[in-house]
Amino acid sequence: MSTSTNSPSASATPSRWERLRDSYMWYSFKRDYTAQLCLAVFICMVIAAFASPLLAPTDPYDLAQIDIMSSELPPFWIEGADERYSLGTDAQGRDLWSIVLYGTRVSLLIGFGAVILQALLGVTFGLMAGYLGGRVDTILMRLADIQLSFSTLMVAIVVGALVKATMGSAFYSQYAVMMLILIIGLAEWPQYARTVRASVLAEKNKEYVDAARVMGLRSKRIMFRHVLPNTMSPIFVISTVQIANAIISEAALSFLGLGMPETHPSLGSLIKSGFDYIQSGSWWITLIPGAVLVVLVLSINLLGDWLRDVMNPRLYKG
Amino acid sequence: MIAFLIKRLMHAILVMFVISVLAFAIQDNLGDPVQQMVGQSVPESEREEIRERLGLNDPFLVQYARFAKNAVQGDFGYSYFYREPALEVIARHLPATLELVFAATLIIVLFSVPIGVYSAIKPRSPISRLFMGVSIIGISIPVFLTAIVLIQIFAIGVTVTLFPESTGWGAWLNDFFSTEGNMPSFGRGYDLVNVVGNWDTNLATWNGLQHLVLPAVSLASIMLPLFIRLIRAEMMEVLQSEYVKYARAKGISMRRVYFVHALKNTMLPVITVGGVQIGTMVAYTILTETVFQWPGMGLMFLDAINRADIPLIVSYLMIVGVIFVVTNTIVDLIYGMVNPTVKLTGKPA
Repeated sequence: MSTSTNSPSASATPSRWERLRDSYMWYSFKRDYTAQLCLAVFICMVIAAFASPLLAPTDPYDLAQIDIMSSELPPFWIEGADERYSLGTDAQGRDLWSIVLYGTRVSLLIGFGAVILQALLGVTFGLMAGYLGGRVDTILMRLADIQLSFSTLMVAIVVGALVKATMGSAFYSQYAVMMLILIIGLAEWPQYARTVRASVLAEKNKEYVDAARVMGLRSKRIMFRHVLPNTMSPIFVISTVQIANAIISEAALSFLGLGMPETHPSLGSLIKSGFDYIQSGSWWITLIPGAVLVVLVLSINLLGDWLRDVMNPRLYKG
Repeated sequence: MIAFLIKRLMHAILVMFVISVLAFAIQDNLGDPVQQMVGQSVPESEREEIRERLGLNDPFLVQYARFAKNAVQGDFGYSYFYREPALEVIARHLPATLELVFAATLIIVLFSVPIGVYSAIKPRSPISRLFMGVSIIGISIPVFLTAIVLIQIFAIGVTVTLFPESTGWGAWLNDFFSTEGNMPSFGRGYDLVNVVGNWDTNLATWNGLQHLVLPAVSLASIMLPLFIRLIRAEMMEVLQSEYVKYARAKGISMRRVYFVHALKNTMLPVITVGGVQIGTMVAYTILTETVFQWPGMGLMFLDAINRADIPLIVSYLMIVGVIFVVTNTIVDLIYGMVNPTVKLTGKPA
């Protein structure tokens, strides 16, 4: 595939951009204002989150910049606000706007990391189960069944709790990001495995797989180079939903105190720390991170809805 | 049928075995129990003696066998914190959780079926679109955030001063959007009625019901959108089927077609998914109970984790394992009953 971007018409091999422009996906995206809005919001949030050191007026991780005297200040539209803190401050006196930016970055990092881990595990196991069949299939799918019957959130909470109890709080909070990625990744791989297995079963008896086998290719190569590319569209669709789920799971774990520590908070731990002060009237400490979380998850979910309608794979239900 | 139950029993035993090994394995890593039992002045030789007497020096497998033998007889050891058998502590907290799950399930069933059916029958009407939009927002709000928002609105109260006070309309709008916030949001209340044994119910008194409302609504809020969307999707598929067209062609009233012919077949997949989700609600009770300080199993479990109360953690995991296996089995049985084409003993779905 050449990368000549300036070919005037589709007479020659179309470039990537042209193929995208002519695709049904682009057509449907152009007409769907909700999807456009959601993508825009999502991209803005990702950029803002990862550019947080540049955008945030203060560094919330730097203890020298925190002043306990200016704690629980309200956001700018309420009387008594301090003009230095546009969205107010939390109970420790950290600027809420800065800490929400940093928190969104942590949440996104864990969400993406966990989904990549899930996808690696789930796709590998799903391919193996579907393509190799037999005993491998039985064992892997029984494992997935059992894990799913316990609900992924339950598995994550229990594993998180046990890991924290075994390793001690100090160690756990030091490696919290890695731990959360690991826990959420391990808890949710069956979703991928089942989806991939279902589409592998549909693909496996097609002639191109037979052809590859007759050519004498090893099964590993057939699985990853021939079958896998044809199971990509359901993987894309569930990936969006899984990112949203992973972000919510992370928030839930942090809310229970099994996630990010308050010194390096994610959106979930910000909501948790703010909840202790809601009875005293400081609703913004908990509800502003909450609103950010909802907007983030909602835009991902709506994008996922759109993607499912466009790609329309027969997804595993439930 | 018998074969199915036996198979399920084997399944359950396997699951419980895995949980118990995992739970038991972590016990070793949580510090020295002897150190927690005796004072600092006790010499090492006596500590060694206690260790020997308690069997802590035995190989892992021997210790596990002893634990398993006691566990099978219903003895999960003593809770470190409550200083009573762990199973009794759980039995005391179980009714609160079950009532919460029951109330949430009731809300889900009462609302999801009519809304789902309506939005399947009239997919283009503005009301259905509104329901669908609200439901995807509902899916995107984590359950603890719903709970916090409910507390802010109904327990603490919101005072809106967005509109100018001077005009009559402004004052009226301010009042309209403000809430008083007198709903209870903490614990189960004082007015519990004892039913039997250690089961105190919230369902019998006005005060008890008031305390139940907010936790139940927030627990229901996470599942309700899922069910509405599921019922709608299934119903729309059923409405396309041949037998619905035939029933319509026969001149049967639309109401009968929708609620007798179509709804029955819509409920089949809803039951399977629904049963599993009721098990999932146990996981969400941990979150809901934490927010509302509802003294159920979930809150107890979280406290046990923070106190490193191992016997209690282990028994909670075992009990939850039993609950999940039992609900899944019941769901499969019901599914087999309402859909006779499913053979339970054959290949499991």
